[in-house]
Amino acid sequence: MLLNVRNLMIDYKTPRGNVRAVDDVSFEVPAGAVVGVVGESGCGKTTAVRALTRVMPGAARFAGGSIDFEGRDLVTLPEAEMRALLWREIAYVPQSAMNALDPVWRIGHQVEEVLRDRGGMGRRDARARSAELFDMVGLDAKRLRDYPHQFSGGMRQRASIALALALNPKLVIADEPVTALDVVIQRQVLDTFATLQRDLNLSVILVTHDISVVAYICDYVVVMYAGRVAEAGPVADVLSKPTHPYTMGLYNAFPELAGDDRDLSPIEGAPPDLLNPPKGCRFQPRCPFAQAHCGGTPPEVQVGPNHRAYCHRARDAAELRTKARRAETWEGVTAA
Amino acid sequence: MLQQADEIVLPKRGLPGLGALAGLWARATAIPRRDPFAFAGLVMYLIFILVAIFADQLITHNPREILFDAEYDLARNLPPGGDHILGTTYSGRDIYSQLIVGTRGALIVGVTAAVSVVTIGTIIGLVAGFFGGIVDTLLMRLADIALGVPFLPFVIVLAAFLDPSQWNVVLGIALLLWPQSARVIRAQVMSLRERAFVEAARVTGAGPWRILFVHIAPNVLSLSFLYASIAVGWAILTEAAISFLGFGPSDSITWGYMLQDAYASQALGRGQYYWFVPPGVSIILVVVAGFFISRGYEEILFPKLRD
Amino acid sequence: MTDMQPLISAQSVSRSFDVSRSLTDILAGRQPKIHAVSDVSFTLRSGETLGIVGESGCGKTTLGRMLVKLIPPSEGAIEFDGRDLSDMDRPAELAFRRRAQLVFQNPFDALNPHFTILRSLQEPLRNARIPQEEHDDRIAEALRMVHLSAPEHFLKGYAHQLSGGQLQRVVLARALVLRPDFIVADEPVSMLDVSVRAGILNVLREVRDRLGLAAVFISHDLALVRYVCERTLTMYLGTVVEDAPTRALIEAPLHPYTKALIQAVPVPRVDQSHDPLPIHGALPDALNPPSGCRFRDRCPLAEPRCATETPELRDVGADRRVACHLV
Repeated sequence: MLLNVRNLMIDYKTPRGNVRAVDDVSFEVPAGAVVGVVGESGCGKTTAVRALTRVMPGAARFAGGSIDFEGRDLVTLPEAEMRALLWREIAYVPQSAMNALDPVWRIGHQVEEVLRDRGGMGRRDARARSAELFDMVGLDAKRLRDYPHQFSGGMRQRASIALALALNPKLVIADEPVTALDVVIQRQVLDTFATLQRDLNLSVILVTHDISVVAYICDYVVVMYAGRVAEAGPVADVLSKPTHPYTMGLYNAFPELAGDDRDLSPIEGAPPDLLNPPKGCRFQPRCPFAQAHCGGTPPEVQVGPNHRAYCHRARDAAELRTKARRAETWEGVTAA
Repeated sequence: MLQQADEIVLPKRGLPGLGALAGLWARATAIPRRDPFAFAGLVMYLIFILVAIFADQLITHNPREILFDAEYDLARNLPPGGDHILGTTYSGRDIYSQLIVGTRGALIVGVTAAVSVVTIGTIIGLVAGFFGGIVDTLLMRLADIALGVPFLPFVIVLAAFLDPSQWNVVLGIALLLWPQSARVIRAQVMSLRERAFVEAARVTGAGPWRILFVHIAPNVLSLSFLYASIAVGWAILTEAAISFLGFGPSDSITWGYMLQDAYASQALGRGQYYWFVPPGVSIILVVVAGFFISRGYEEILFPKLRD
Repeated sequence: MTDMQPLISAQSVSRSFDVSRSLTDILAGRQPKIHAVSDVSFTLRSGETLGIVGESGCGKTTLGRMLVKLIPPSEGAIEFDGRDLSDMDRPAELAFRRRAQLVFQNPFDALNPHFTILRSLQEPLRNARIPQEEHDDRIAEALRMVHLSAPEHFLKGYAHQLSGGQLQRVVLARALVLRPDFIVADEPVSMLDVSVRAGILNVLREVRDRLGLAAVFISHDLALVRYVCERTLTMYLGTVVEDAPTRALIEAPLHPYTKALIQAVPVPRVDQSHDPLPIHGALPDALNPPSGCRFRDRCPLAEPRCATETPELRDVGADRRVACHLV
């Protein structure tokens, strides 16, 4: 196992009090696998993966748990060792590619700087490697001379992937890498990413709110809701046998090109305020299948090999799946 | 589908004018509350304003009156203490009373200058940024000219030419300081003009003036407050400088006049710190208070400064 | 609704934008232009919904902005109810504004941050000179239409206190308070989480069915357009390349670009095709579009004549039009 996150907890200090943005989150990343972390905005997915780089906003701090990366605990690793590890072993592709690139420098200069400063390469090697990297992500090496504003959204995303891969990391963390892109560009960037992942045997953590991206590219998925894991497992198993009603909801709310012209089933309401989360199952106020006992902490249910879900009604999952496909099921479950 | 159909109850409308005023007040005051420096600035302002209002009650003597002691000798250069909290001047006037009355002059100059600078600057910035084209070009070239005029000499010449009164000092400041706020506000308006909520106002039928003053103006108001709090300090400093150089109004007592009087009477040489230190410190305090408050606004306007 | 007269008609509409000039342009006295929209024509009757799909940069947003009179066309004309949008005095414009509304892409920016939600909803009514005593009813009606539950909780609040999904419902409600006859929705769900998109799409469908208004829905994702529109235009680099009933367009796309768009639509299934898209590269430079067919340099089927002859948008029967030499 390349990466093993155990019972991770992260608190945010806010003016209104402490918020546990990531609460008891565990997942694993096998070497060479793509793991998708999926959930709505504010579910803690970005906070959880940013913690793996320890580059966190000032108000955030670890409140418990461990992050085992090849035998080293990233939570307690000395700062100097952590710095040495970043980019060389763990690379981060941020949410907005525009933020990853400095607008005042040519892109080639920025790639070379990483190679020379963090990678200790000479000028000539760095130049050759930059061209190689651009070639890898499907960009013309001539464009190394351009400034970020001369790139389209898709090209910027490719450039920031090239930047992340500069020093041959083992693990790449990509935060919503295709969210702002059109469908055609999204597909092309995902294809490039998938090819690189296979060719370089990269391990990837991909954060997204879009379950179709997970279906397209990931081997494993971690579904997060309100700071906790709702369901996790191999993508094929989770999508064919969703066991947590939230996963079912995410799946059924997805507008598809094929199939009959039915009403979609939105998940009504909004995620809870984490300052004051609901007792027991956090999805319960929006869940069409909630029962009285959902007020208790949901049990971990082993659905299949490596497939777990945290739901009181996991045993009825088959029946709930059928119901969840009907739009009426999700109507009127409005949480105030 | 419409299960909640009949439950919709709209909140009652309050007086619209009062609501807008309350919102304005809330915004103007909420900002400094979060920042201890801005809060300190606000408290200092409040003290100066109270002193200015109750100046007549606080003074012990007529600040212009030449005082005599019991032997009918001129009460010149008395040290602090007794009847005179801060002593007397070379010509026998009560320094404490002058300082108190000077507060009033300083604040009147500061506030009127700030209000006029920011009113002119905001309106010109709004109009130039929103309408663009020839209007913008004309107004901005005017701003360039105003920025090119050397500040202190212009105010001195103006005061000498018209009449050495504090209103002409205010006029000079207003004529030359508006371009700074106008330029910043213009830039802000140009970016606001492209925002979706402004386009939404157009699509829902709002006319240009309504868009400008109802939809855009409230979004630059915090910038206006920022420039106003800076302008107060500038105006007080300028007035003091002009009075110190002897071009000030002869009929009113201001801190600048006090400094000039002390300097001309060689108070420094006689070590009469109680004469020139209090007005000097007062000027510094008022100006610093203005900058503290503007700092509070800046942190809200440009949140990145906070870390 | 049985009215055969089109409510909206676009006749050879083009729109270009000046680009800032380089030194050589200035010396040569040139003004380079980007042709965002070139020669687009269509009509829309009351009760009809039209989808416009294409990548960013294809001109779909510019077209939408022209349809609601935010910018004028450089050439051609748009008529609303028989009246040219470019030829309106202030009363005529106000009358148009009451009948045509726009739903914005970014709900986080579409509401004035200094207005309460209630004020944002009152603003259109006030601009349209609707008597004040009607305001509350109109607002309540619009809020019901967008399924905003418990509005009393947030009507006195501000935009930043609402979630993206709630904001977009408010933006929709603002468009509906005037009971418009025509709505343009520009990528109304692209900034929202997938989980809340469904709710907005359902509202759009319901509005379409209940109000019988004419609507234009702009998106880069055909799966979204399919939920709302009977008819769809595919746009590429400012031109319409295909125009067909949505179902037919999806089941049997004719233009190679439409085919690529359809294959690119994301699906939440593991067993989907991972074949490369039948399209090369990215959108070409709009300043120097390719000669002939604008799609040719990305087209897997391009022939020599595609570089020399510009394909016309021609009728191919079954209520469809397509601009491709190979169809």
